[in-house]
Order: sequence, then structure tokens, then C-alpha cells
Amino acid sequence: MTGAQAVVACLEKEGVELIFGYPGGVVLPLYDALYDSSIRHVLTRHEQGAAHGADGYARATGKVGVCFATSGPGATNLITGIATANMDSVPMVCITGQVVMPVIGKDSFQEADITGITAPITKHNYLVKNPADLPRILKEAFYIARTGRPGPVVVDIPKDIFTATIDFVYPEEVKLRGYKPLFAGQAEQVDALAEALSKASKPLLFIGGGVISAGASADLVRLAETYEIPVISSLMALGAMPTDHRLHLGMVGMHGTVAANLAVMNCDLLIGVGARFDDRVTGKITHFAPNARIAHLDIDPAEIDKNVRTHLRVIGDLAWSLPTLQQSLARYDFVVEKHTAWLNQVVQWQTDSPLTYQASETVIKPQLVIQELNRLSEGRGLVVTDVGQHQMWTAQYHRFSRPRTLLTSGGLGTMGFGLPAAIGAQLAFPDELVTLISGDGSIMMNIQELATIVEHQLPIKVAILNNNALGMVQQWQRMFFNQRYSHSSFGVGASDYVKIAEAFGATGLRATTPGELTEVITQALAINGPVVMDIHVCAEENVLPMVPAGASLDQMIEGGVG
Amino acid sequence: MRHTLAVLVENHPGVLVHVAGLIARRAFNIESISAGHTEEPDMTRITIVVEGDDRDLNQVVNQLSKLVDVIKIIDLTQEPSIERDMALIKVKARAETRSHIVDIVEIFRAKIVDVNRETMVIELTGEESKIDALCEVLQDYGIVEMVRTGKIALARRPGAAKDDE
Ligand SMILES: Cc1ncc(C[n+]2csc(CCOP(=O)(O)OP(=O)(O)O)c2C)c(N)n1
Repeated sequence: MTGAQAVVACLEKEGVELIFGYPGGVVLPLYDALYDSSIRHVLTRHEQGAAHGADGYARATGKVGVCFATSGPGATNLITGIATANMDSVPMVCITGQVVMPVIGKDSFQEADITGITAPITKHNYLVKNPADLPRILKEAFYIARTGRPGPVVVDIPKDIFTATIDFVYPEEVKLRGYKPLFAGQAEQVDALAEALSKASKPLLFIGGGVISAGASADLVRLAETYEIPVISSLMALGAMPTDHRLHLGMVGMHGTVAANLAVMNCDLLIGVGARFDDRVTGKITHFAPNARIAHLDIDPAEIDKNVRTHLRVIGDLAWSLPTLQQSLARYDFVVEKHTAWLNQVVQWQTDSPLTYQASETVIKPQLVIQELNRLSEGRGLVVTDVGQHQMWTAQYHRFSRPRTLLTSGGLGTMGFGLPAAIGAQLAFPDELVTLISGDGSIMMNIQELATIVEHQLPIKVAILNNNALGMVQQWQRMFFNQRYSHSSFGVGASDYVKIAEAFGATGLRATTPGELTEVITQALAINGPVVMDIHVCAEENVLPMVPAGASLDQMIEGGVG
Repeated sequence: MRHTLAVLVENHPGVLVHVAGLIARRAFNIESISAGHTEEPDMTRITIVVEGDDRDLNQVVNQLSKLVDVIKIIDLTQEPSIERDMALIKVKARAETRSHIVDIVEIFRAKIVDVNRETMVIELTGEESKIDALCEVLQDYGIVEMVRTGKIALARRPGAAKDDE
């Protein structure tokens, strides 16, 4: 068979059911081979949409997302999507076409050094130079993408490899000397942590996205419940523990809850679980958890001691380390009452300083939009966001009850992620409600994907929190740049999102008052097709609490009175 | 502190760029880097000298270990090893200074590998400090140009690094 047919055969062997992509010159042989396959291909309207689409599919399902792009501009259009997936450890295989081998390195038409460009933003990448290597390389690519700490893998394939003839044998196993993802780690490390935990009186579990990618949410909840340990989440961990769980204090960090941030400042043992200790979480690093011993459980040894110095570490898959910790703790006569005073304290913080905002009867408060979306959808389905204030309000005010129900670009903070990622999520779960919460800035970054949504009649509900501005930018300008709103509003250039929706063939609805808001959301949820809600929100609102960049977590600017 | 790392990698295209790029991006200073074939045809050995404290070094080692093409990393600073650097030094050598230079070459157990009317080329293999010392002395005669390989190193103990657990 041809190299192109071999690629398709490999994808079939890997159980791939969905590809996002965009054709062009050098991948025409690949697309020709795909014509005969039963694998579904979704033609996005931009390669960035294909990358985020595969990413959204992967985040929603835990499976490897797949996208195709042609050489040169097709491949470079994937870059933001690849970097986004890399920062959030999302498993993806991106197949790019390359110019024919004899002209590589000659600045040929539509040539770009895609393995060079993506080296720092992929888990691994390949340039295929021998057609016989194709099956092995694709087998490895999927294996690397999904095992260990997941991540994106790029396979760059020259056109003459697609057209070469090969004997197709899909390898049974992967042999990589330099890549051996570990599952189980060292039991002694777990025992040392158990010992520390048995002695702590103010323990705190800080969870990250790793809990979700390891599928260890249930283990985490069990650990917290058995030993009455409060839990705080990074943005990426939301959903791992139900928002309303009595032990969950909410999100920590720059826009975290008062209770979560004060818990960090006052705990005596902080246990990071599958989290990166990102600067948006820690605030001023030298003042992070000043009274605590810090423990870190992670699959990636390179995360240990990268940002904070730890006293205890457990390297291994969380699906191994959390249950092992639970077993190890069983050896101690644990008096859960030892944590009662601490629990009362954190609950007190929660009661004293809940998330609040000043309600209004005339203008729509953005926080209210999130609350109404949550209430009227009864917390069903998956929520996707873009990046900005609306993203933070979603994290603060939406309730999540299970893992993989909030899809958001955390590490890279990519505006434009939302719409294509929502497509990936909806295609993965056709019967689930998929809601995109976006801003009028972000939505325009991949608005062309409305065409994809309409083509496939995906019943995605898009809520644009329209403040006619780059809200998060303006918040910083308001708070730290003397209200000098340099180039952050759209002025008279504001677009009519209802008309845009209609032009693409979706339903457009508009709400400008709190009364209309409820009506519009109810109406949208009743429509069995794509809907765009243009919701005019009050523009002067700040996301609070806020820990200014570089301050410590107890230096919060708190919210207005409720 | 300076650390000498032996990095065993798959002999794949781009791997050297990958390794060097990663170190640079994580803001470590590479003092020298040298790569070459090994006892196995599909394995390359890169010797890297980096400057940084122990925590920094752990980060470099952990980050490098994540590269799929990196097979193994050994910190040779931690154990007895043989370290060598080689230099080729072209120095000004007129009739009247030539014999002085020959004496110096003798003392350092270096070799003269090329001579012409105006210059000679000296080869010296040894520890870095020895090469530094020779350069210092030759400075007085005028070094026209020079090249160094960067440090390479091998552990003294029996057995190969690649077989370590
Ligand atoms: C691709 C990209 N460019 C720029 C930024 C910087 N940025 C962060 S938030 C933001 C404003 C987002 O505006 P909008 O989507 O309207 O959301 P809002 O903050 O108003 O809710 C900008 C420009 C970014 N995160 N991503």
C-alpha cells in the first residue's frame, strides 16, 4: 500500500474515530486515502480550529485528539493549538505534510521547519524520512501522546513518503530506550508522606489538572473524605472534586476564593497533587504556604522542585500514588477529630467571605450570567470557555460536579480556544449539552468556526459576555494603569453578534436586561441547534477577589458587598 | 558550581539542537558542549558543562530526561572520572622566538603539528586548566587563532554508564 494508506491504516488500528483537519498540496495523497476510510473527518475553517478541536475532543474524552494540516502555512497555523495542548498536558497527534524530501531545506514553496518550530512546544516530534518507518513512528506517536504525562506529538510527513509504497505491518509493541513512563513509584516515598500526614493538624490538599488526566478524581475524594482534609483546586482541576462538596474550598490563586487562599497561608502540610505550582496559583513564591511543609505528588519528576521547594515527594501515576497513600495511612490510628478545629476554621473563612458581587436590576452583571446558565441548565453537560474575565467568573460561579466538564485553556491562556474546543466536545458527546462561555474579544479570534458548527448542526450554546471591550485587559488598566484604557475597547467597531450568527446560519439571540437574560437562556436551551447569545453585560466589573501579580496570597483585593 | 553531564542520546537528526535548546530556554549557561559517536552506532554521547546550583542542575537533568531521544544522563561531577579538552593554537613564531616556544611546548608536553614562516600550530590535550595555562603563556607571543573541543569525560569505574540502573 502507499504511505498515505498506511497512515490511515495506523489511525484505524489506534481506534481513531475523529480527525480535525484542513487539506492542501502535500497532504492531498493523505486526503485521497482518507476518502476510502470510515474515520470521520471534520473540515474546520482554519487550522487553528482543527488543533483546538482535537484538543477539546481529547480533554472531553481523555482519548488522543488527532488533526491534519498541510505543509508551511497549514502547519504553522496549528502552532497556537499545539502550544495550548502542551501547556495543559493534553494528548494529541498532529500530522502535518512536508515538501518532498529532495527539496527540504531549500526554502521550497510552502516549506516550514515544523519539527524545529514545534520542538519546545511538543512532548515529542518526528520528521519521517523513510516510508518503512511510518507504522513504527505512528505507533510511537500515539503511545507517547497518551502515556505518562500526556502531551502533543507532531509527525511531519514529506509528500513523497505518502506516495511511496510500503509493506504494512503495524508493530505490536513500542520499544523506546529513552521513554519509559512510570506507573508505580517508590512505596517509601508514600510512607513518608503518610507519616507526615498522620502528624499534621492543618493539612490541605491542593489539586491540579493531573488528577483529572490520571482519572484519579474518585481516589482523591475518598482520601479527603476519609481523613477530613480540605481541598483547593487550580483552574485545571475544577470538576475533579464537586464544587459543592463540603470539603472543597474552591479555586486558589490570583482569582481564588478567600478561604482557599487563607488556607494556603495557614496550613501546616500542603499536599500538591498533579499540580504545577504555577505563578497564577502561588502568588509571591517566597510567601507561599509559609507555615507548611510541602509535599508534591506528580507523574513528572521535572515538576518536583521546579517552582516551589518541597519537603516530601511522591513520583508516580496518581492512580497509583493516591490509593497507595490511602493504604499506607490505614496503618495509623487516625483521629479525624484532630482536624476538626482546622476544618471549622476554613469553613468560617468560607462563611465570612463568600464570592460576592453587587447585584443590579438594570444592567446584567456578568457573574449573574454564569449563575443563570448554571441554574437553567441544572448544571448539566460540559462548559467550555475562552480567556479573560468571563473565564474567571465561570471558574468562580459555575458549579462542576464531575471531571472533564470544564474545558479551558489554563496554562497558555489562549483566546480563541473556546469555539473550536466546544466543537471537539460536542462531537465527542453528541447528546450532552455543550455551553461555550466567551467574551466579545475571544469569540472573534476563531469566529469562522461557526460555519463548522452550522455545517454539522452541532447544538452548541454560545454565550458571549459582551462588554464591548477586552475586559481583563481593562481590569488591569483600571487597577494598575490609572484607568488609561490604551487600545482595549472596540468603540464604534462593535459587531452585531446576532447578525453574525444569522449570517452563518445559527440562531442569534440578544439580552440587554436581567429579565431578558433569563428569557434568552431559557429560549436557547430549548432550541435543538446552534445558538449564539449576545449578552450585554456591565463593563466596569472587576474579577474579585484578586491577588495582584507578585503579591502573596493573603494580600487579596476582596469583592464588593452582596 | 560547574557540572559535567554525559548525555546519551539516540542518534536522531535534530537531537543536539533539541538538547541545547532546552538548556538555553530554561536559562542555564552552557560552558561547553561536545558531541560524537560512541561504541554503539545509533547512540551519540554529548558532554555538557553547565554552571548552576544543585537545584538548577536537578531541573536540567529532569527536563533533559523528559526528551524522548535522551537515553540516559550521568553527572560525572559526582564520581572519579577522566576529563579532557583538546586545543589547537596558532601562535606567532618568528625565527627569534621559535626556540622559546618549542621549550614551552616541551614543558607542557604539547605537540607542534604545523609550522610556517610566521606561525606554528600547537596541539595540546589535557585538563582544561592545563590548556588555560598554556594559552596564558603563549599570549606573550601572540595567539593568532585557536580552537578547543570542549570537555569530554569518562568515568573511571569499570562498566558503561549506559548500563547503570
Ligand atoms: C491570543 C491571546 N491574545 C491576547 C491575550 C491577552 N488577553 C488576556 S484576556 C484578554 C481580554 C479578553 O477579552 P474578552 O474575550 O472580551 O473577555 P473578557 O475579559 O472581556 O471577559 C486579552 C487580550 C490572550 N490571552 N490570548
